[in-house]
Amino acid sequence: MPRELFQRKIKQIQDEILLLGSMVEQATLDSVMIFKNRDLQSAKTLVEDDQNINDKRFAIENAILILMATQQPLAHDLRLLASMLIVTNELERMGDYAKGIAHNTIRIGISDIPVPIRNIEKMAELAVGMLHRSLSAFINEDIKIAISIPPEDDQVDNLFNQSYRSIVNAMIANPKIIDDSSLLLWIVHNLERLADRVVNICERTVFIKSGEMLEMDGSDDELEEEF
Amino acid sequence: MFENNHHDNIIKTKDLSVFYGSDEALHNINLDIPRNRITAIIGPSGCGKSTLIRCFNRMNDLIPSASVKGDVLYNNLNINASSVDPVQIRRQIGMVFQKPNPFPKSIYENIAFGAKINNYQGNMDELVEKSLRQAALWDEVKDEQEKSGLALSGGQQQRLCIARALATEPEVILMDEPASALDPIATLKIEELMQELKEQYTIIIVTHNMQQASRASDYTAFISMDRSRIEDRVGILVEYDLTSKIFVNPAEQETEDYISGRFG
Repeated sequence: MPRELFQRKIKQIQDEILLLGSMVEQATLDSVMIFKNRDLQSAKTLVEDDQNINDKRFAIENAILILMATQQPLAHDLRLLASMLIVTNELERMGDYAKGIAHNTIRIGISDIPVPIRNIEKMAELAVGMLHRSLSAFINEDIKIAISIPPEDDQVDNLFNQSYRSIVNAMIANPKIIDDSSLLLWIVHNLERLADRVVNICERTVFIKSGEMLEMDGSDDELEEEF
Repeated sequence: MFENNHHDNIIKTKDLSVFYGSDEALHNINLDIPRNRITAIIGPSGCGKSTLIRCFNRMNDLIPSASVKGDVLYNNLNINASSVDPVQIRRQIGMVFQKPNPFPKSIYENIAFGAKINNYQGNMDELVEKSLRQAALWDEVKDEQEKSGLALSGGQQQRLCIARALATEPEVILMDEPASALDPIATLKIEELMQELKEQYTIIIVTHNMQQASRASDYTAFISMDRSRIEDRVGILVEYDLTSKIFVNPAEQETEDYISGRFG
């Protein structure tokens, strides 16, 4: 088959993207566990380890740029490589959310505030599940699965809204906890954003296969700027 | 088949087929070439790209066995009509070839030659300067116009040939692999020149180089062998669209395979 070398290099990069994805998944689950246990030492380690995610992102980006420069991809190949660049960036930003959760854990410390921990754990579980399946769909260019994932974001959004409400109510009831509880808002926000970014991966999957940019995002991207 | 949405098409082919003897080389080509745009024709070797552009100025007349069916309309004039003078058509639809082929004469004479034959009545010095300027060659040769055209570099020779084509004041310039014998810098110069020339001219370029087609053209036509009668090696128009569409998201799998190097 023509372009075997090119094909092999694309496969290598796809493997690296899956590896980066699993690092982000692990970091997200760890960050929530660390928060739940207020394990400040592990939180510090997780913040430092985010550098590994950043490094891997740049290594993948570099490999993609080299392929673009040396193989002159067009049509499907071009859409694939451009999308891989974007998805790699999405994953790196998701890694930052996990780092943010660990960072806020350190700032909250052992302060005793009401925490909707069930909701937070559920959000992490849902978001990571979505991420995992979205990356498989992305690599396999499976439009059917890619389209089926974004509606699940509604569940994450609902949990976010519930959590937000309970945290704010707690702050109203006891203004002394406002400093620490406002940091808690960032934690639930980060999980909500992570799920939003999964939707972007699904959109890219459709784009690679069809060349069409289909907006699947029901939630509000501008929320991030408001926070 | 896609019809470009350009309001003004300078050349239109209607069910154009070309034969060499009894062998069909191109089958039922319907292609509208927009005025003041660059249209690239791409496709594998032997699919009939050059044959197609040679139809646009009746160069196939020069091949005894060649015959044409269907119409080529230039400004709505059927150029294959017996009343049409092919020499007149070639003056209006000029051609630049793969290998630079300046006459073994001075730079000045290379340009003035055609004009003299055409009984040009204007100021010859002005015509030469204007043509050399339009071909982005003037600054490099203005002080040595008596030098032989053959003493120039390959890239300069090709621009001299473009200047020579421009001197007959054509509307359309056909370019058959104009940069395939040139180094990358000279190639980019030709491509930049094409962008300047399209303000005043319509350019049709045949190229094997996908990057060149994607860099330089506004529209791209992909010609390939008809797969339903592959042993006949007859060229058909597979896809024609905006260049940005063809190279990012072509409609036909065959186009996709060809431009991404998975042909065959």
